[in-house]
Amino acid sequence: MVTLVDYGLGNIHAFHHIYTRLNLPVEIASNPEQLLRAEKIILPGVGAFDWAMTRLNESGLRETLDDLVLRQKVPVLGICVGMQMMANSSDEGSLPGLGWVDAVVKKLSMKTEASQQESNQLALPHMGWNDVVSNRESALLSGITAPRFYFLHSYYFVPGQTSQTLATTHYGVEFTSAAANEHIYGVQFHPEKSHSWGIQLLKNFAEL
Amino acid sequence: MLRPRIIPCLLIHQGGLVKTVQFAAPKYVGDPLNAVLIFNEKEVDELIVADIDATALNREPDYKLIANLAGECRMPLCYCGGVKTPEQVERIVGLGVEKVAISSAALANPNLITEAARRVGSQSVVVVLDVKKVGLISKRYELFTHNGKRSTGIQPAAFARQAEALGAGEILVNSVDQDGTLKGYDVTLIDQVREAVNIPMTVLGGAGSHADISALINRYGSIGAAAGSLFVFKGKYRAVLIQYPERALKDQIASVFANH
Repeated sequence: MVTLVDYGLGNIHAFHHIYTRLNLPVEIASNPEQLLRAEKIILPGVGAFDWAMTRLNESGLRETLDDLVLRQKVPVLGICVGMQMMANSSDEGSLPGLGWVDAVVKKLSMKTEASQQESNQLALPHMGWNDVVSNRESALLSGITAPRFYFLHSYYFVPGQTSQTLATTHYGVEFTSAAANEHIYGVQFHPEKSHSWGIQLLKNFAEL
Repeated sequence: MLRPRIIPCLLIHQGGLVKTVQFAAPKYVGDPLNAVLIFNEKEVDELIVADIDATALNREPDYKLIANLAGECRMPLCYCGGVKTPEQVERIVGLGVEKVAISSAALANPNLITEAARRVGSQSVVVVLDVKKVGLISKRYELFTHNGKRSTGIQPAAFARQAEALGAGEILVNSVDQDGTLKGYDVTLIDQVREAVNIPMTVLGGAGSHADISALINRYGSIGAAAGSLFVFKGKYRAVLIQYPERALKDQIASVFANH
């Protein structure tokens, strides 16, 4: 059973449709009782960091979620801002993150180590389809040929240890676009909006 | 490599999908949800859905329809039409829409851009510029609202620059003159706006062939190339047929980007 955390934002229904069509069990949790049944958790996210954190903190789900992830080690997948929320903090906001992984969130900078010519063209937000390059074997990304995913963000996840990085993407800088720390997974892109590539990733997560 | 985006734009009028010519003469082309299902199969890069009744009739966005569309879309969705307040922007993002476009309300109250971006983040705030050429002798570009009926006296490049400074994440430039004509994009207009801003840009109005899209990408690199008629009509009699280049052809159309 994959449980979608419904704290009032994110593409809950898009995930639900995909899992339903895959004939994989899925549930939307908007209260702690529903959340407690989770075997896998998806934490979606769209929008500004503080706004998303506020919505989650006020949802009544935070305590149960922390317990499931940190103590019961239920596998969790954070999506876009959902991934960023799992870090300690973000340059985009002033509220603390969930702190589930040792990481921070920084702004993609137009003044980077990239060549001058390229940085001149670099527009923010990073918007559109980009390549995702695995740098180690992972069940989450297995069976996805020439992975390309949809990105929409101006901030990116910086893991405390390079060992957390599953895959990287290039946009001005090389950044971590998929990360894992034991049972805690995050992707900066939107698998629910990335056609067959995203569907395979969501299927992989359900079958971990 | 960040790819250019090739984006069908669907117009909603009286609950059905339509296509206009120069913002007039809407022709019925099908059911919105059905179109989304077809575009899912065709793996489109992104989808723009514009409710052309909401502002004109001064009504709220159709949240039920938006939620249904967002749930079905396996690609990112940009919604446009009748959005006036930051609360509406927040509500629509909450329904699972990646990007909310604001047009006339942003012109009437530019601070709406800042307030919307503060709540949902710049990446989800798109400012739409509906542009017409005006003047009898010295033609110049001007922004229009209410489906191209109301002039504003505002220059597109100047407003695009202001919108970026206020926190917009994307500019959608829509040429009213080119709409439905299949004559190609208005590059003079696009040049003006491109020079004014550094945020991502999507352009709409006039695309009549894959060559038009290729030429656009060749000129601007990573841009959003949107089109209406091209993806819903086929042949000179404009028979309704939803179409979109398959993956290999799309990559070929966009491959000129590699030269950038």
